[in-house]
Amino acid sequence: MIAIEYLPILILIGLGVVFATIFTLAGILIGPKRRGQNKEMPFESGLPSDGLVGQRYDVKFYMTALIFLIFDVEIVFLYPWAVKFREMGWFGFAEVLIFMVLLLFGLAYAWKKGALEWE
Amino acid sequence: MLLTFYILGTVSVLSALGVLVCRSPVYSAMSLVCSFFCLGGIYILMNVEFVAVIQILVYAGAILVLFLFVIMLLNIVPTGESVRFNLPVLIAFGIAVGLFAQISGLFLGDIQFGPKDVYTAEAISEEGSIGLIGRLLYGEFVLPFEAISILLLVAVIGAVIIGKRRLN
Repeated sequence: MIAIEYLPILILIGLGVVFATIFTLAGILIGPKRRGQNKEMPFESGLPSDGLVGQRYDVKFYMTALIFLIFDVEIVFLYPWAVKFREMGWFGFAEVLIFMVLLLFGLAYAWKKGALEWE
Repeated sequence: MLLTFYILGTVSVLSALGVLVCRSPVYSAMSLVCSFFCLGGIYILMNVEFVAVIQILVYAGAILVLFLFVIMLLNIVPTGESVRFNLPVLIAFGIAVGLFAQISGLFLGDIQFGPKDVYTAEAISEEGSIGLIGRLLYGEFVLPFEAISILLLVAVIGAVIIGKRRLN
């Protein structure tokens, strides 16, 4: 019974794998290959490479991801409310409003402290 | 159905092993994504679609991004050295063994699996798992629900304080 419901997702995943494989293989197989010593050299915007490939990233990325994660989890808790919206009525609305307002303080704090700025 | 479970279970366990075996931390993280997706599939087999969606959205999406940022932040270069058994590794090993023993104990004990009370498979599929979670979350468990918002608020403020102090 469950198999039929999820068939479209399975088809989607299957097509994704097939297309990715086809295009990757096509690039390798039918693409022109002109190798040369200078072409094989690692380069960095025309300059001799400076340091390792993996560069250390700024902590700003982590901050943004963390704040995103927190509000992502907030949305997760709003999801069941969206499904039961009419049934819950004003009581449900008030509950979610309290939930949202409390988290809005967090957003306001992050905004005020400049955690959302990208300097 | 059972075959799907075995496939998902095998891939999940293998990719979880891949997390441990891979030399490069980025490969480990990618292996973890695979494991999370398989777990999501298993949740769907268990008829808990909401948990499956959350698993993929939050774990495979947001938390993995966080993991990758930590890896890129620390910029660990795979050295090819094998792990030596120093104190932190031993402590981690002890915790892992303890956790495994506890979970095994749960399975060996007389814990009740499957549907409980009124929440049978029919009742859940009739209302939909999300609807049921919603009814319980905004009805019976209002206080824990509001407490979650305070928990998240603490998390936002904590993240901003720690992150901003490092920046200045």
